[in-house]
Amino acid sequence: MPLAEMKDIWRTYRMGSTLLHALRGVSFSIEQGQMISIMGPSGSGKSTLLNLLGCLDTPTRGEYILGGRNVAQLDDNELSEIRSTEIGFIFQSYNLITQLNVVENIEIPLYYQGMSERESYERAVELAERVGLSQRLTHVPTELSGGERQRVGVARALASSPLIVLADEPTGNLDTKTGNQILTLLHQLNDEGVTMIVVTHDPRVAAETERTLRLVDGQLQDGTDGT
Amino acid sequence: MIGFQLKRTLKSGLKSLWLHKMRSGLTMLGITFGVCSVIAMLAIGTGASEEAQEQIRKLGSHNIIIQSVKPPESQSAGDSTSRISEYGITYKDAALIRDTVPDVVRTVPTRKVRANVYVQNRRIDTDIVGTVPWYAEVNNATVLRGGFLTQGHLQRKAGVCVLGKDAADVLFPLGDALGSVVLQGELRFKVIGIITSFARGEFGGKKLQGDPNSEVYIPLTTMNLFYGPNTMHQSGGTFTSERVDLHELTVQVQSLDDVRRVEAVIAQILRNSHSKEDYQLIVPLQLLVQARRTQWIFSIVLGSIAAISLLVGGIGIMNITLATVMERTREIGIRRAMGAKRRHIIFQFLTETLLLALIGGGLGIAFGVLAPYLVQRLAGMRTIVRLWSLLLAFGISAAVGIIFGIYPAYRAANMDPIEALRHE
Ligand SMILES: Nc1ncnc2c1ncn2[C@@H]1O[C@H](COP(=O)(O)OP(=O)(O)OP(=O)(O)O)[C@@H](O)[C@H]1O
Ligand SMILES: [Mg+2]
Repeated sequence: MPLAEMKDIWRTYRMGSTLLHALRGVSFSIEQGQMISIMGPSGSGKSTLLNLLGCLDTPTRGEYILGGRNVAQLDDNELSEIRSTEIGFIFQSYNLITQLNVVENIEIPLYYQGMSERESYERAVELAERVGLSQRLTHVPTELSGGERQRVGVARALASSPLIVLADEPTGNLDTKTGNQILTLLHQLNDEGVTMIVVTHDPRVAAETERTLRLVDGQLQDGTDGT
Repeated sequence: MIGFQLKRTLKSGLKSLWLHKMRSGLTMLGITFGVCSVIAMLAIGTGASEEAQEQIRKLGSHNIIIQSVKPPESQSAGDSTSRISEYGITYKDAALIRDTVPDVVRTVPTRKVRANVYVQNRRIDTDIVGTVPWYAEVNNATVLRGGFLTQGHLQRKAGVCVLGKDAADVLFPLGDALGSVVLQGELRFKVIGIITSFARGEFGGKKLQGDPNSEVYIPLTTMNLFYGPNTMHQSGGTFTSERVDLHELTVQVQSLDDVRRVEAVIAQILRNSHSKEDYQLIVPLQLLVQARRTQWIFSIVLGSIAAISLLVGGIGIMNITLATVMERTREIGIRRAMGAKRRHIIFQFLTETLLLALIGGGLGIAFGVLAPYLVQRLAGMRTIVRLWSLLLAFGISAAVGIIFGIYPAYRAANMDPIEALRHE
C-alpha cells in the first residue's frame, strides 16, 4: 500500500462568480521512503497540491488517502493532529517565528504534540546538531544566514518524525552553494528513510530525485503520474 | 487530549508581553485604574457606613433625642438686663411623652447648669447635669469606678455626684476621687462614681451639645432643690436669667420598628405645645437611613466610574490584542502548519490578555490598598479595605481579560492557515 495516494483531486477557488480550478483531476501516489520532485510553471498549482498533501487544505473533489485514512473527511482538529504528527513542512521563506531562538523554533511541533518540556528540548538540540547548528542554539532567526535559517526549517520539519516532509522551493531563496548544502542534507535524510516531496523550479534539483511530477495548468502531464 | 502545558504557555505569554513592554504597560493601565477605583470606592464606602453605624451605636438606635434649643429671637429681644428667657422642653412635655406615647420604654430627662466645679485649687468650667439613675444605661455609659446615681439618691435629693472620666482626671489627678468632695460655690457633692461615654460631636449635620466625659452628674431632684428653676448666665458684663425645665430628653423605644412612628407622635405633641422652634429632634435610626442612602448614591456614582474605566480598559485590551493578532498573522499560520489546533491558538492569545488583565489588576489592587490609606491620612475619612473587595477586584480583572480576550483569540484561531502563512 502506498504511503500517500491522490485520486482525481480537484481544488477549485471561487472568485466572485467565476470558478478557478487550481488543480484538475490530479492522481498519483508515493511510497514510503521515496523522494520525488514537483515541477511546473508559476501558477500551475504546485503549492496548492503541496498544501493538500500537507493537510493544510482539503480538496474540493477527489480522494486523498494518507497512511490509510481519507483526509477529505477529517475535521479541523483531526487535520491539525495529522500535521503535528505526520507532516513536516519546509518553506521557501523559512517561516521561522522571529521572537523564538533556534531550539524553540525546532520545538514548536513537539509542543503541539504535548511532549514534555525537557524531552522536547533534548530532541530539538539533537536535531539542531544534526543539521549543523550546534553553535547556534540560542540565536534568533535574524542572527542567522539564509542557509542557517533553512537548516532550522529542516530540523523543525523533522522534529515530530513525520511520515512525509514537504518542501516548497526550499532552495528558492538561497545561492547555489548554500542551496546545494540544503539539498545534500535533504538527500541524507532521505537516505535515512524520510519520505520527501520537493517542489522546485530547478531541473538539476529535480534530476536528482527518483521521480518528477510535472504540473501544467493544474494537471499532471502524461507519463509523470502513476507509479 | 493534549494538555495545554500551562507553565510553558504562561512563560511564553509573559515573554511576548515583555517584548512590547511599553504597549503592554499602557494596555494594563485601564484595568489598573478600574480595579484601583473599585477597591478604593468599596473601602471608602465601607468606612463611611461603619462610621455612621458606630455613631448610631453610640447614641443608641432605639433612642430618640430631644434637645432644647435657644430660639434666636429670644436672644435679640433680650435688651433688658434682667429679662428671663424661657424656652425648651418642659416637664409637661416630658410627662406627656412618657405617659401617653405607646411603645416608649423609658425617658431620660436631663437639665444642665453651667458652673465652675473645684477641688482645692483645681477647677473646671463644665456642665453639671441633673438626671436620673437609668441615664447611664440608656446612653451607653460605662461605670469605671464606684457606681452611678440610684433611686435612693433621687428620692433623698442627695448631695452626691458622678464624674465624667476627664473631669475626674483634672480634679483628682492622683486618682483619689471616690469618696472625696467637690465644690460648686457653696454647694458640696460627694463623688460616688466615675463614668465614661462616647464623645458626641457632630451628628448628621446637627450639633449635639455636651461632652459626657467632662460633665458632672447629680440627681435631677438635687439640682432643682439646689439651683431653683432659674439659672443665671453671665455674658460680657450683663447677666441673663434662663428658665429651661429640661435641656435634653432621651426617649427609649421598645423596638426598632416603632422608632419612626414614635418619632412622629412626639413631633406632633411638641408641635402642639410649642409656638416656636425651641427644640430639635435627633433620631439616630433615621440618620442611619440617611447615611445608607448617601452611601448608596456614592456607591452608584463611583461604581459606574469604576465600571466605565474597566470597560474602557477591557476595550483597550481587546483593541491591542486585535492589533497583535493581525501583526502576528504569519506566526499563527506557522503554528497552525506545525499542528496547532484552534484551541491552542485561542489559549495562546487568551493567556496573553488574561496575563495583561491580571498583572494590571494586581497593580490595581496594590494601588487600591494604598489609595484608601492615603485618603484616610490626608482627608481624615475613615476607610476599610475588606478582603472580599480584593477578591472581587481580582475576579473582575480576570473576567475582563477573558471577556475582552475571547474575540481576538477567536479571530486568530479561525484564520485560514494558508492565507495566514502567505501574509505579507
Ligand atoms: N486562495 C486562493 N484564492 C484564489 N486563487 C488562488 C488561491 N490560492 C491559489 N490560487 C490560484 O491557484 C493557482 C495555483 O496557485 P499555486 O500557488 O498553487 O501556484 P504555484 O504553482 O505554487 O505557483 P508558484 O510557482 O508561483 O509558487 C493560481 O492561479 C493562483 O492564483
Ligand atoms: Mg508556489
